[in-house]
Amino acid sequence: MAEIVLAGVTKRYPDGTLAVERVDLTVADGEFIILVGPSGCGKSTTLNMIAGLEDISEGELRIDGTRVNERAPRDRDIAMVFQSYALYPHMTVRQNIGFPLRLARTGKAEAGRRIAEAARLLDLGELLDRKPAHLSGGQRQRVAMGRAIVRDPKAFLMDEPLSNLDAKLRVQMRTMISRLQKRLGTTTVYVTHDQTEAMTLGDRIVLMRRGVVQQIGPPQELYDHPRNLFVAGFIGSPSMNFLPARITGDHLSTVIGDVPLTAATRRALAGHDAPRDLILGLRPEAFADARLAGDRPAEAREHTFTGHVDILESLGSEKLAYIALDESGAIRSEHLAEAFQDGAGGAHVQLVAHLDPRSPVREGEDVVLTFDPSVLHLFDPDSGLNLTRTH
Amino acid sequence: MTARTVTGRAGRGAGRDERRLGWWLCAPAGLVMLLVTGWPVAYSVLLSLQRYDLRFPHRRAWIGPENYATVLTSVFWWDAVGVTALVTVVSVAIELVLGMAIALVMYRTLVARGLVRAAVLIPYGIVTVAAAYGWKYAWTPGTGWLAGFLPSGSAPLTERWPALGIIVVAEVWKTTPFMSLLLMAGLALVPEDTLKAAAMDGASAWQRFRLVVLPLMAPTISAALLFRILDAVRIFDDIYVLTNGAQRTSSVSIIAYHNLISGLNLGIGSTMSVLVFLGVAVVPLVFVKVFGASAPGQDRGR
Amino acid sequence: MGGHARARWAFLDLLVLVYALVPVLWIASLSFKDPSTVAEGTFWPTRWTWANYTGIFQNDDFVRGLLNSIGIGLISTAVAIALGTMAAYAVARLRFPGRNAVLGLSLLIAMFPQISLVTPLFQIERRLGLFNTWAGLVLPYVTFALPLTIYTLSTFFREIPWDLEKAATLDGATPFQAFRLVIVPLALPGVVTAAILAFIVCWNDFLFSISLTSSDAARTAPATISFFTGSSQFEDPTGSIAAAAVVITIPIVVFVLVFQRRIVSGLTSGAVKG
Repeated sequence: MAEIVLAGVTKRYPDGTLAVERVDLTVADGEFIILVGPSGCGKSTTLNMIAGLEDISEGELRIDGTRVNERAPRDRDIAMVFQSYALYPHMTVRQNIGFPLRLARTGKAEAGRRIAEAARLLDLGELLDRKPAHLSGGQRQRVAMGRAIVRDPKAFLMDEPLSNLDAKLRVQMRTMISRLQKRLGTTTVYVTHDQTEAMTLGDRIVLMRRGVVQQIGPPQELYDHPRNLFVAGFIGSPSMNFLPARITGDHLSTVIGDVPLTAATRRALAGHDAPRDLILGLRPEAFADARLAGDRPAEAREHTFTGHVDILESLGSEKLAYIALDESGAIRSEHLAEAFQDGAGGAHVQLVAHLDPRSPVREGEDVVLTFDPSVLHLFDPDSGLNLTRTH
Repeated sequence: MTARTVTGRAGRGAGRDERRLGWWLCAPAGLVMLLVTGWPVAYSVLLSLQRYDLRFPHRRAWIGPENYATVLTSVFWWDAVGVTALVTVVSVAIELVLGMAIALVMYRTLVARGLVRAAVLIPYGIVTVAAAYGWKYAWTPGTGWLAGFLPSGSAPLTERWPALGIIVVAEVWKTTPFMSLLLMAGLALVPEDTLKAAAMDGASAWQRFRLVVLPLMAPTISAALLFRILDAVRIFDDIYVLTNGAQRTSSVSIIAYHNLISGLNLGIGSTMSVLVFLGVAVVPLVFVKVFGASAPGQDRGR
Repeated sequence: MGGHARARWAFLDLLVLVYALVPVLWIASLSFKDPSTVAEGTFWPTRWTWANYTGIFQNDDFVRGLLNSIGIGLISTAVAIALGTMAAYAVARLRFPGRNAVLGLSLLIAMFPQISLVTPLFQIERRLGLFNTWAGLVLPYVTFALPLTIYTLSTFFREIPWDLEKAATLDGATPFQAFRLVIVPLALPGVVTAAILAFIVCWNDFLFSISLTSSDAARTAPATISFFTGSSQFEDPTGSIAAAAVVITIPIVVFVLVFQRRIVSGLTSGAVKG
């Protein structure tokens, strides 16, 4: 178990491309940290640099206070779980799990005991004598985990370990990994491109884009106080709604009507020397069906607008209403294009509202929605910075 | 995954170390191949420009392109070129059709698939010379079971056209399995779902084969054809055993061999070597022109 | 898919079996014929005998040829595998300028007409004292086995995932341990396949053997057979040749059948995957 410190860690390829730029990060002993971002953001490169599979161009990597930049992977005492699992196909499950022990010349009895312990933790007991080819995806994943935990390393590195599993299994394995990590208390760095995994698994999230860290913090903090448009768009599913907004006096003009600015918002904007044209961000759950809004606090009912429900998705515990907006509601921003990973640049001319399942709203009908102006975010369209973020 | 592989590669200290290791690992194989082919080829060009008959070594002299003139005006040489071309075209054409039929049987059969696939490998495994003797005796009057079907008195191996026919049979029998294995591998690349979709779209079995299977297999077919053509123009063993080039059945390899070993004429032998080499080098170029295929075996964008 | 379809496939299977096996059976049957009955021209022997086999094994030339074939074949295969494995590993796993040149050269040689080498090699080897020696045949055999080896093995190396090497180093393996414990065991089937294919190439050769040898010092079995004349001028060598043909064919056919699947994948990997 160990503390991992990245100080100004940079990866520059021989051709000059900058894959990772000056990452500063301290992973506390026992912490579960998630590196997340769209593909090509540098998260895997960062993980590989921690593992020692890639050289660090600049900066320093310290494990337990010792600089390890120059150490070979095998001398870093770190275990890694690969996306492909990287199980040795010619070895049985037992030999796979025992491989690190064999290399470390662990005694037979001790190795047997530790393999049995790992197998018990991961429920692999009956599979020990099988070869990887005869295992299901989930079983292979567990063997890969077993190989990582068996030698009690200083840290676990996991590179999208669940992305080859089907959706249901992924959810099961997510909780298993979470439980295992809490139980073992081993420092873990976990790479994923899936924001749901990031939100549910980590103590803290490191959100990266184009090799640069965008924001580091607990999942809820990234959700509630995104530093910029990219973070706001990437975290949360369905994504935050973004609308063009213009400051006119003490309110905002938007396609869903005028929205009053709260005192706190005005203060925050004043401190930023904000432009008049902004991007308004509202989470889908900021909305409520006006007919059911009675149990919301008064300020949360303050503003209403009427929209036409294009599509209604009933998920049982919630309803998602998709409301078509006219073209003036369109936003094009490269920050959002990358966050949504769809290339559309956020030019969905629609608004998603997350409604209570009791809402009588129906597809193809108009609905009156309320929302709370105190939970809005305002972004600078050029820099993408969140102007309403208080800290 | 590709991005991952690339970063993985770059991560292995890319640059100099990897380059140097690559060169060191390839050097021995590369040197052997270059030395054993490059040097002789250059040497044979030199020899081809000399009068050099081992029976009359003192008459050795530089004579420029005279050997080429001798060979290129020789009826025997052009006969051999004709035989080589004819045998190549006819046997490769038969092999393609027969090989495809066998490939389909091996790939689709419902019964005894393993047995069929194993049996087809036997002709491939047989030493060419051994098989050629089998064919020779089969057609030898009196001895052969196949000769027994012919009218008495006929000796097919002593007449030009029947002999060429038997050469083609021997060649086809031995190499069709290789062709059919390649084609079967190509068949396996045609997705079952595509065939099902074509059947749903109303295509008959023949239409599925012609409109779906064949186009998807085109790269495999052209690769197999090119390999086999280049192999067929080298034909030597079968002809050597069956007729030894008698009755104007020499291929270019046979005639070059006879000039060297029986004639001990290094000058003429080398000239033929160079001409064969040039001729074979032209085949892939013509092939690409005609079939518009990229040369098979190329490292396609990997 | 009723019995009708099965019967139809069974019939087609039978045609293929007849195609593949009848010529083989003919040589085998010929080798068991009593020399006095050879001229009867029947497919099956009317009088069975082992005499042809005992005869060829008492023929020193043939035994010597067989030994030459085995010795030269094994040495050539070993050398080709050693050199080919290194080159294939580099081609499959490393990035370096000249990588495509190695592949191109291999392809070129795979298509090279052997006859074009025979004349100059004949002269070069006579000068270097390699003519009519094992080394004189090992050289061209290695050269023509190498392209096959490099192509087959590089396909195999490519199929071993990179992650396995990385995982091994993280599991605490030195680069050499990673190679020995992970890469080698996984590449072994490929090496075996390549070795068999290379051996077949060498064993099957006839042209180099009759051109670059002048006595049984290095002449391999296929060439020896072509020099069979019968023990006396009046004896027909048919039976002996048939028996010898069967003998030199058996090892290859056994190889091919035992390693059937690997050979098929090895033969086709280059052509299909390109």
